[in-house]
Amino acid sequence: MVQERTVPVFHAADASITKEEGALLYEDMVLGRFFEDKCAEMYYRGKMFGFVHLYNGQEAVSTGVLKAMRPGEDYVCSTYRDHVHALSVGVPARHVMAELFGKQTGCSKGRGGSMHLFSAERRLLGGYAFIGEGIPVATGAAFQSKYRREVMGDEQADQVTAAFFGDGTTNNGQFFECLNMAALWKLPILFVVENNKWAIGMAHERSTAQPEIYRKASVFGMAGVEVDGMDVLAVRTVAQEAIARARAGEGPTLIECLTYRFRGHSLADPDELRSKAEKELWFARDPIKKFSAYLIEQNLAMPEDLNAIDQKIQAIVDDAVQFALDSPEPSSNELYRYVFAED
Amino acid sequence: MAETLLFNALRAAIDEEMAKDPTVLVMGEDVGHYGGSYKVTKDLYQKYGELRLLDTPIAENSFTGMAVGAAMTGLRPIIEGMNMGFLLLAFNQIANNAGMLRYTSGGNFKIPMVIRGPGGVGRQLGAEHSQRLEAYFQAVPGLKIVACSTPYNAKGLLKSAIRDDNPVLFFEHVLLYNLKENLPDDEYYLPLDKAEVVREGSDVTILTYSRMRHHVIQALKTLEKEGYDPEVIDLLSLKPLDFETIGASIRKTHRVIVVEECMRTGGIGAEIVASISDRLFDELDAPVIRLSSQDIPTPYNGTLESLTIVQPAQIVEAVQKIVALKV
Ligand SMILES: Cc1ncc(C[n+]2csc(CCOP(=O)(O)OP(=O)(O)O)c2C)c(N)n1
Ligand SMILES: [Mg+2]
Repeated sequence: MVQERTVPVFHAADASITKEEGALLYEDMVLGRFFEDKCAEMYYRGKMFGFVHLYNGQEAVSTGVLKAMRPGEDYVCSTYRDHVHALSVGVPARHVMAELFGKQTGCSKGRGGSMHLFSAERRLLGGYAFIGEGIPVATGAAFQSKYRREVMGDEQADQVTAAFFGDGTTNNGQFFECLNMAALWKLPILFVVENNKWAIGMAHERSTAQPEIYRKASVFGMAGVEVDGMDVLAVRTVAQEAIARARAGEGPTLIECLTYRFRGHSLADPDELRSKAEKELWFARDPIKKFSAYLIEQNLAMPEDLNAIDQKIQAIVDDAVQFALDSPEPSSNELYRYVFAED
Repeated sequence: MAETLLFNALRAAIDEEMAKDPTVLVMGEDVGHYGGSYKVTKDLYQKYGELRLLDTPIAENSFTGMAVGAAMTGLRPIIEGMNMGFLLLAFNQIANNAGMLRYTSGGNFKIPMVIRGPGGVGRQLGAEHSQRLEAYFQAVPGLKIVACSTPYNAKGLLKSAIRDDNPVLFFEHVLLYNLKENLPDDEYYLPLDKAEVVREGSDVTILTYSRMRHHVIQALKTLEKEGYDPEVIDLLSLKPLDFETIGASIRKTHRVIVVEECMRTGGIGAEIVASISDRLFDELDAPVIRLSSQDIPTPYNGTLESLTIVQPAQIVEAVQKIVALKV
């Protein structure tokens, strides 16, 4: 028997989106999905290396939060499961794919790899390979916005930072330390927990005395919300509210998105612990299928429109692979470059 | 500035840089209202406000990571380790993020931050408060490591560390905060990668840093009386090592003694000896002598503690021994 938490009810009618918004959200989720499927293919073909953590199933979280922000202006901090966050903030698929191939044209010049995607231009503060270490960095970026506004008198400094991390990570000290500081100083930040029920092979309930993560906000006097992480409109609505609070100087929000990863922890994971019943239950909640059904039902798109988007995205992903294949390796002469700021 | 205590020299460095640049700020435990554990930021919060002298909760890894995030987004944070040993809890943020992130990001971000505070063996502070983290951190790529030893170099080096666009680990020593020296009235900066020739000489090169500089100076009294003429170099920069200055001296004296407070195994001296062997082996007329702390947790007992670190008499003996060796 699969024990599942009751997902909070969301009334899609409350979200009222336009056709254009619908298309944008759909397109972003499909980009995430197709990109990751292509990564699996390329990994097995020996084109990318190391640990590769795919995001399939969790797309509604990245799209729902990041499309509610001002990508390129607001700051975003991710984990090792960072490809799709990078895409949602607008790092070109070509540059992400090239990074995974270890090429000079990659967003981290081939020095970072799958778990270390960065883009100063898109204000992606990084993929962080160690659990929890991105949370303080994101908190520092949020502090910086407050500092610019209050110390340097910069009225424009209303940027919000989003920090993404998993359920397992919420048992790490940096999570609690930063929740405390963010609440204490009312920092403009969203702590977005992607609760996919598992930390590699550790079931969430086996790792925490209080599985309802959003409740952990309350001891810091911080807003904490849970949301159906398979429903892009639900996530987007919650994110919009949290962003509005943050921009207004009302401080941080802890958002717990109930979601699921459709693949193993990484491409090296045999994924033997998760039950078939559990997987099937969650596959049935596929956020992309759910959202396309909604768009059609609400007359916000015709099936042909969605098909056309799928084809367009497939072409973008195929082009990204070709770009990565055609790109040069980093020059050995530049092995020492980027160690220090002057290089 | 007239006669200045070392902690006030550091304070002046921070004050001058904060006055000049609104992106410079200090974060750490008790750096604001309390003024820092050794008073390096005393009363600065009254001048610059609580956000620029940010009293953080006791959360070393997280406030260090916050400084990384603030540095990546354009501020120039200085963090204070209340005692540098506490930054063992921030090892991850210092190594993975401060040190390596510029590289892993392929140059997307730079991390202009200073990580400073009291280190070294004090007077019977016990093992945990008597650490020499410089040895632990020297293997981290992307970090610069500096150790000050006088009010003059403390001020000039700290100002340069704050201006540097890279993460700088800046070691002060618990027993040197009350050293006094006349400082120049005019503003000055000292380069982060240059050693200081404390005494010119011809017999032997003594390489040292931080508090051990002062043990070497004590040993000099006896040595000079006995007619020895050692050259004394304070490294100041522990990473990178200033091999221009070190090399020039060794080419002159052909004999080297390293005097350090860190432990022998994997210490700064170990790295120096290996580098000398790589670069200057042919110049040596005698094996390099390494005087380091014992490879043990620093004992609380005062007698045992003084046996653990290098004493001036040992430096005298080492000079006598190495100069007597004829080839
Ligand atoms: C400090 C640290 N310890 C252990 C690991 C190994 N590790 C990688 S992912 C992971 C599980 C994380 O689970 P969760 O936070 O739920 O995120 P998810 O992978 O489910 O997205 C672990 C233990 C690590 N990367 N960093
Ligand atoms: Mg998880």
